[in-house]
Amino acid sequence: MAFRSTAMGLGLRAVNRIGGSALVDRLGLRKPAEKALYHGSRLGFRGADTLARGLKATQKLLKPARLPHQAAQGLFDLTPTDEQQMLRDAAAAYAAEQLRPAAQAADATAAAPTEVLAGIDDLGIAAMSIPEALGGVGAERSAVTHALIAEALAHGDMGLAVAGLAPSAVSTALVLWGDEAQQSQYLPAFAAGQGPVAALAICEPQPLFDSLTLRTRVRRTADGFVLDGVKSLVPRADRAELLIVAAALEDAGPSLFLVEAAGADLRYAAEPAMGLRAASTMRVEFDGVKLPASALLGAGDPIVYRECIRLARLGWCALAVGTAQAALDYLIPYVNERQAFGEPISHRQSVAFAVANIGIETEGMRLATWRAASRAEQGLDFARATAIARRLCADKGMQIGSEAVQLLGGHGFVKEHPVERWYRDLRAAAVMEGVVLI
Amino acid sequence: MINLETPKKFRMLVDQAHQVARQIFRPNSRRYDRAEHLYPRELDMLGALLDGMNAGGGGGEGAGAAGVRRSAARSDEGNRNSSNLSTVLGTMELCWGDVGFLLTMPRQGLGNSAIASVATDEQLERFKGKWAAMAITEPGCGSDSAAIRTTARLDGDHYVLNGEKIYVTAGDRADLVVVWATLDRNLGRAAIKSFVVEKGTPGFDLVRLEHKLGIRASDTAAFVLNDVRVPRENLLGDPEINVDKGFAGVMQTFDNTRPLVAAMAVGLARACLEETRKLLEQAGIELDDDAPAFAQHAAASECRRLESEYEAARLLTLQAAWMADNRKPNSLQASMAKAKAGRSCVEIALRCVELAGPLGYAEGEGGHGLLEKWARDAKILDIFEGTQQIQQLIVARRLLGKTSAELK
Repeated sequence: MAFRSTAMGLGLRAVNRIGGSALVDRLGLRKPAEKALYHGSRLGFRGADTLARGLKATQKLLKPARLPHQAAQGLFDLTPTDEQQMLRDAAAAYAAEQLRPAAQAADATAAAPTEVLAGIDDLGIAAMSIPEALGGVGAERSAVTHALIAEALAHGDMGLAVAGLAPSAVSTALVLWGDEAQQSQYLPAFAAGQGPVAALAICEPQPLFDSLTLRTRVRRTADGFVLDGVKSLVPRADRAELLIVAAALEDAGPSLFLVEAAGADLRYAAEPAMGLRAASTMRVEFDGVKLPASALLGAGDPIVYRECIRLARLGWCALAVGTAQAALDYLIPYVNERQAFGEPISHRQSVAFAVANIGIETEGMRLATWRAASRAEQGLDFARATAIARRLCADKGMQIGSEAVQLLGGHGFVKEHPVERWYRDLRAAAVMEGVVLI
Repeated sequence: MINLETPKKFRMLVDQAHQVARQIFRPNSRRYDRAEHLYPRELDMLGALLDGMNAGGGGGEGAGAAGVRRSAARSDEGNRNSSNLSTVLGTMELCWGDVGFLLTMPRQGLGNSAIASVATDEQLERFKGKWAAMAITEPGCGSDSAAIRTTARLDGDHYVLNGEKIYVTAGDRADLVVVWATLDRNLGRAAIKSFVVEKGTPGFDLVRLEHKLGIRASDTAAFVLNDVRVPRENLLGDPEINVDKGFAGVMQTFDNTRPLVAAMAVGLARACLEETRKLLEQAGIELDDDAPAFAQHAAASECRRLESEYEAARLLTLQAAWMADNRKPNSLQASMAKAKAGRSCVEIALRCVELAGPLGYAEGEGGHGLLEKWARDAKILDIFEGTQQIQQLIVARRLLGKTSAELK
């Protein structure tokens, strides 16, 4: 529990750093960001028993609680709001102090330490996007904030960031598309902090996998649905209490379904991958799994499904940006210190230009991701902006990973340095669907 | 609040620039590409129109070359969208029409941007309404502008200039030429100053116009300077040789003009992509925003990849201009934008010719018939105002914390 206190302290430190005033003054908690951080830290005192609580319908809503879109300010602006900066600083500090040091062991064992994940939860990411009516602290749709946090966490480690962010993808999906009953049933547990393990499962073990053409199928029955199929690369699936599963509904095309793990007879198999190993990726098999009629999310609306695909891709973009930035930040001191032919290798143009290009492309990836995210939160069409960000992050992210290993030479290839891990993780930005949502 | 959409307040300006590009630039593009060195008369009225856009923007917003001036005073601390941003947005639209024409718009020369960037208020007033070209390159030096050999010697109330200048864009048509010369070749970069030379000054002679790969509507001149006497108040910026400050004075111009050249590249790239997409659609090939790259036609997938390069270049350009508007140091971002936009526009234009096949390769009067011209025009954008390699050098030095002596 000592570790949890540290994580809590980080949140409080961030509040102090920004506010600069006595903490008691800040507990008026006017702004959602402060609330989110306070929320996490307050729960830090509650102890481990909250982790074991079940999913119960604790509150009833008359209609779904949604967050309003951000009102456009009409000006071009690249400055995060004070709140966003506060959350980003807290995430960046946690990434540097906790994620990076834990990354290598988590990669080797293909498991994320529970206390590290609890620390990510303490940042209040889930609560931030859950409306107050459901126990959260969210006031507005905040895709950019999610992107900034994902970027900051991935700077520490992409695999741990994915493991830590995966449950909030499920809560965000419920906020965006859940009906009042679904929201009432599940969201208070997520909003309370140290929420249930959960995952958004879209990938399938297919070559040329296309998330719009699914092999996982759902058939209607008299009292609900029956789910059959296999999902791939689902983080910490065997521990998840709640899954959102993408499946082709017989008469409505690809749709999202809520699947409670308890009593569902799901079959899991470890599916360790090239990277993201800290996220304990798994394959999940659904063999005639019966679902109640209330399991369908977003009423099978095809727009909902496409939005989900896009927001997930933007999540992967943000993770790739953070990882690419980590590579750049690691390379700069390395090439400045590494000597060859009597001088630092950074004095050679072929090395220096490679670093310059990593800087240029990382910045381009970041701006394209921010643009798509800001369009999403303003309620503008973001299909094309997302397709562009995805393509850029898939192509350039991988180039950066490869170039980073190259610049370290043999050192890039061995596990003494984190660069080979970033190389493995960055390939995910082109492959993964689902899992994270911004 | 993070927002990367075109500011509402510039939408009218962007629309006006687009109309000019569509109705005046495009229909005349091919004609002046063929008739190199013929002055496009159609542009006379446009200079005036841009002057009007500059003056009419209210908060100092404009679309012209002078829009890069950074106002000295800032009262508010809030986010600012001002003339740097409006200028790159206007430039993108106009270069969607024709880069060559933009470069030969009256009173919109890079010299005008240089004057706007570093001139005193008195100089700004004195050179108002004049068309100014920029003369840096010499037969013996291009990227290595610290090595220029043109000299300036103070003689009474005048500087006396001697040397040779090449690749002066709009050098024939401009009223003024901003000439880089050294006060003392032994003192290196710090001694390099820029001087405003009026056309017709004795000893300042145009020796030839170049025949070029692209931007043929824009004249490119070579000059010799033979004891050219320039009033001492025509020196732009600080006349003192400050070795500590080095190149800062004259180089400051580049922080403002590089985003402009990047904007030219972005505009040209968009023109290529739009025409190519039209052709692909006619061929029954649609881009799908959600389907994975490999589930689409190879041409559609390639088109999307090019769009992603374009978007990165465009956003980097807007970032550099936005930082200038908000008085944030932007040398790094200006060079990032120029590097990315320069190389991307060449790649995009050449690839679009390839995708369009014979329709893209053959000369035409408009639409896809201009793809081959744009591909020729594109190349200069990765060369002038600092080549790709120079931009990478600047970016690398800034990221790595290296001096020009350490990282050559």
